[in-house]
Amino acid sequence: MQHKNPHEELWGLSYNPGNVLMLVVAAVIVFLIAYISTRNLKLKPTGMQNFMEWVMDFVKGIISSNMDWKTGGKFHILGITLLMFIFVSNILGLPFSVVIYGELWWKSPTADPVVTMTLAVMIIVLSNYYGVKAKGIKGYLGSFAKPMFFLFPLKIIEEFANTLTLGLRLYGNIYAGEILLGLLAGLGTMWGGLGFFAAVIPTMVWQGFSIFIGSIQAFIFVMLTMVYMSHKVSEDH
Amino acid sequence: MFLDYLVLGSSDQFINGGDILVTLAVFVILMIALKKVAWGPLMGIMQQREELVASEIESAEKSRQESQQLLEDQRSLLKEARLEAQTIVENAKKQGDLQKEEITSAARAEALRLKESAVRDIETEKEKAIAAIRGEVVSLSVLAASKVLEKQVSEEDNRALIEETIAKAGETL
Repeated sequence: MQHKNPHEELWGLSYNPGNVLMLVVAAVIVFLIAYISTRNLKLKPTGMQNFMEWVMDFVKGIISSNMDWKTGGKFHILGITLLMFIFVSNILGLPFSVVIYGELWWKSPTADPVVTMTLAVMIIVLSNYYGVKAKGIKGYLGSFAKPMFFLFPLKIIEEFANTLTLGLRLYGNIYAGEILLGLLAGLGTMWGGLGFFAAVIPTMVWQGFSIFIGSIQAFIFVMLTMVYMSHKVSEDH
Repeated sequence: MFLDYLVLGSSDQFINGGDILVTLAVFVILMIALKKVAWGPLMGIMQQREELVASEIESAEKSRQESQQLLEDQRSLLKEARLEAQTIVENAKKQGDLQKEEITSAARAEALRLKESAVRDIETEKEKAIAAIRGEVVSLSVLAASKVLEKQVSEEDNRALIEETIAKAGETL
């Protein structure tokens, strides 16, 4: 089940057009969902507006469980966008994957470590940026020596460990899900079509489970984002 | 290496710089676009609803207080009116009593007066009648006496005599 990734270069930067395609597709889907459901906003919400407001309240709940709303309110939009973008990305690879000339084009963008690590690094950099903004340079640097000075190296390691776990957890879950789906799909084509009967039930079960994993991973990603943010921004940690 | 194919997500190059840039760009653009067209208005309307609910609660509280106030006013007005009615009735009763007293006493006085005047009238009539009878008796007596005595006694002497007699009779009467 090992596919090559498509690979091209532009202005000296190598990139994977499959990734680019899937990122854009995910972004467009998220945008359309949000755009369509926030047309015709009413004070008495109906239909999709209810759903969107539920998502907003959900993210608000995640943020509120980590820090008070006064400091956390500015991460609201980041949180909602992250949640929906990662969820849609996780789901995209479930119904099918497209392989053209041995190159994998359609898949979950979050099944690529570069994408998830980019998001993770972005989150950690943002959290440090907001840490400096909230506490000032001195307070920010001082927070590395808390609660004991000799924990300083551990604090440094923690930053990198956080980044790695945040990105690789998401990548690992989604990538593993897709590998197993690929194997099951392969089973479905074995034995002259008879494999279909062997594969159809496990595939359905695994797809359902993958939807669950996809939403859980999106939730965890946003949750950890807010945890790291609150570590940097709040005083009492 | 013959184990290379086992490396997860292995690609031929060390790092996909383009992917990183595209991921960042897509995510940031998505976030900004959504903030503009979706999250912003949605947050606005949720905020608006919050304010609406707060103001509705406030106005409900206010109108409740107002109605409470009105009820209180009405209640006190009613009490006042009832008190007033009571005093009016009482006054009327008192006045009626007074009037009754007055009318009775006036009637009594009138009756007394009428009776008195009647008595007086009777008295004067009686007097008058007595006087008339007396005059009549005198003239009759004179007539009778003159008939009896013929012309021996003058009329003046006779009259004086008779009148004396009658006055005596009147006293004994």
